[in-house]
Amino acid sequence: MELKYEVEGGNFTIAGNASSGVKKLLKQLNVDPKVIKRIVVALYEGEVNVVAHAYKGIIYVDINAERIHIVIEDEGPGIPDIDLAMTVGYSTASAKVREMGFGAGMGLPNMKRNADVLKVSSAVGKGTVVELITYLSN
Amino acid sequence: MYSGNFSLMSWFLWFVFQSRLMKIREVAELLSARVVCGDDKLDHLIAYGFASDLMSDVLTLECENVLLVTGLCNLQTIRTAEMADITCIVFVRNKIVSEDMLSVAQENNMILLETSYSMYRTVGLLHTINLPPVF
Repeated sequence: MELKYEVEGGNFTIAGNASSGVKKLLKQLNVDPKVIKRIVVALYEGEVNVVAHAYKGIIYVDINAERIHIVIEDEGPGIPDIDLAMTVGYSTASAKVREMGFGAGMGLPNMKRNADVLKVSSAVGKGTVVELITYLSN
Repeated sequence: MYSGNFSLMSWFLWFVFQSRLMKIREVAELLSARVVCGDDKLDHLIAYGFASDLMSDVLTLECENVLLVTGLCNLQTIRTAEMADITCIVFVRNKIVSEDMLSVAQENNMILLETSYSMYRTVGLLHTINLPPVF
């Protein structure tokens, strides 16, 4: 099953719509609630990152019986130092993002904690691609 | 005999856990809170309290039946709770839930409370009734 969601940079009023849609779908598929929580927390952090840092993005979701594969592609400033961005507490978020309750440098580490596989690649001035894989059975 | 002791122990542990649970109705009364939505779910039980305005921190919680106390009143508070499987939120210091927040909360069967008390007072009161912290 394949799904695609568009994400608008800077628009916090719709941030979370994709994650919410995926959560509802996984519930319908009777996936273990604990696994659902791990998936949607990682996805939501990624979705908020696009809204917070990029101009726009697309989320591709591919679900089969064994795993969910999510690719979050954005057009934006990119990440100059991915290792640094993975450090808990490091953040380049704006004051507006912090007002929304994010931007404490916990997003990527939280995604890593909740996904079975996390791959991040980025080109400065072009954008970032985040790939998440989570297996549906423990 | 061993099996009997094990069952008794399991039952005892279950009883201890249940006795630590608290009804949302008790929380609402304690905080003189207005129930914004979820009036029909006030007998639902909570096991832990967590207070934060940082949503990424909320997203790290792994336990269930958590009551979230926050002063951050926007749509992302509701979305964060949805992803973290948190069904009850207390908004402190007269924060008012907006229509779009209410709509998403109702869609997810949440219970939203508004209190005039500060974060400090709210947490202090919840501590007096022995609502355990997450950490």
